[in-house]
Amino acid sequence: MLNIENLHATVADKPILKGLSLAINAGEIHAIMGPNGAGKSTLSYVLGGRPGYEVTDGSATFDGQDLLDMDPHERAAAGLFLGFQYPVEIPGVSNVQFLRESLNAQRKARGEEPLSGGDFLKLAREKAGLLGLDMDMLKRPVNVGFSGGEKKRNEMVQMGILDPKLAILDETDSGLDIDALRVVGDGINTIMRRPDKAVLLITHYQRLLDYVQPDFVHVLAAGRIVKSGGPELALELEREGYAEIAA
Amino acid sequence: MTTNALPTRRDEAWRYSDIDAVTAAWPLPAPESIVVPAGGDFKRAIVQDEGAIHQIEMSIGKRAAASLHILNIGGAYGRIELNVILHEGADFHLGAAQIGGGEQNLEIVTTVTHAEPGATSRQMVRSVLGGTATGTYLGKVAVARDAQQTDSEQDVKAMLLDRSATANAKPELEIFADDVKCAHGCAIGELDAMALYYLQSRGLPPGEAKRLMLQAFVAGVFDGAADEEKLQALALAKLGELV
Repeated sequence: MLNIENLHATVADKPILKGLSLAINAGEIHAIMGPNGAGKSTLSYVLGGRPGYEVTDGSATFDGQDLLDMDPHERAAAGLFLGFQYPVEIPGVSNVQFLRESLNAQRKARGEEPLSGGDFLKLAREKAGLLGLDMDMLKRPVNVGFSGGEKKRNEMVQMGILDPKLAILDETDSGLDIDALRVVGDGINTIMRRPDKAVLLITHYQRLLDYVQPDFVHVLAAGRIVKSGGPELALELEREGYAEIAA
Repeated sequence: MTTNALPTRRDEAWRYSDIDAVTAAWPLPAPESIVVPAGGDFKRAIVQDEGAIHQIEMSIGKRAAASLHILNIGGAYGRIELNVILHEGADFHLGAAQIGGGEQNLEIVTTVTHAEPGATSRQMVRSVLGGTATGTYLGKVAVARDAQQTDSEQDVKAMLLDRSATANAKPELEIFADDVKCAHGCAIGELDAMALYYLQSRGLPPGEAKRLMLQAFVAGVFDGAADEEKLQALALAKLGELV
């Protein structure tokens, strides 16, 4: 589904990714772990098409299409979802309006009929319920006044509504308390653990992986994947630290 | 504000104006006069969509309330000039948006005089400017010597869609009383790049994302307007042209 080969990327002319290769197939959940500054968030932003993240070499294809050639909204319509480490507050823009317009823009791009207001609200209510987010929060301006945990839950509600093929979740576990971590973990499993979907989890810690069992774990260090393995690698990292493994 | 001589850019109130357009329209007709009687309640919405110069003189009587909503969007040069005098305990509210692109020059110039004690005024102005458009808000609040307990507020923001657009904002306070509350805030900025990216990452094309953020930016200006829905719809349509 996602095929990254020899990806090099710079931010403000500083090389961050230095030859990263990774293949993710449908039905798989991959976790990328690594120390601060390894390039984890850069990878998510490069795949999400954030301006300022310059690809200097290599390729990334998504379902056979050149991902790097697409605009951010086209990537979304193709089925890519990026869960932000720091979800953005947008005063004055209601969550519900934003999500409905986003979903319908995606559907339009795919040649599908727009969802009616009633059907959308039904869908939103279902996904909010799944993540334990009050429906009133969805009517409020996007992320404004939300706690860290509420922002992350809102990201997952958005993921549920937009129903992507591939979700790249950048430190979705940070800022979550233990109960919220379980709710979010269950949400990821319910929404994304399907034979036709895939997830790339970016995290510092093992704890999210207790709830969302990865099929593959990769260690990212200095802009490259230096080690790959099964779920046991995450436990090993937790025990030994990155310094040992990434060295 | 009624001048017989053709203004030049040396006149503070016409400093950013399109003097050629003013010259073409000169001499201006006498300003429209609105008198709100004591205890009265007045509401009016003005849509400037043809490139005109509106001058309004308004006197708000004791404990009367007046609320004006302005949408300044049309023509090469559009100017709305208000001269408001508040009497004892009167209340004035202005909610205004000016939205311009291309080479438009739009301006709102207000003089709000608190002539007597205990009056309140609230002015909220939002400008959205693209292309090489210019948007100007000159807002003067004058508080007379015995106009104690005046409560006045100006909230002025401008959003530039292109680096080639210009926003001018000048709040001006002239206070002769010593027991007053006069607040003014002013900000000129660009759409937040991270917020735009966030919206696009969910599937909104760039133009839609901008329109949604600009809609939020001008939201609130027309709250409580006589013709709120119509004003919102016109503003939205104009924003749609700019993004």
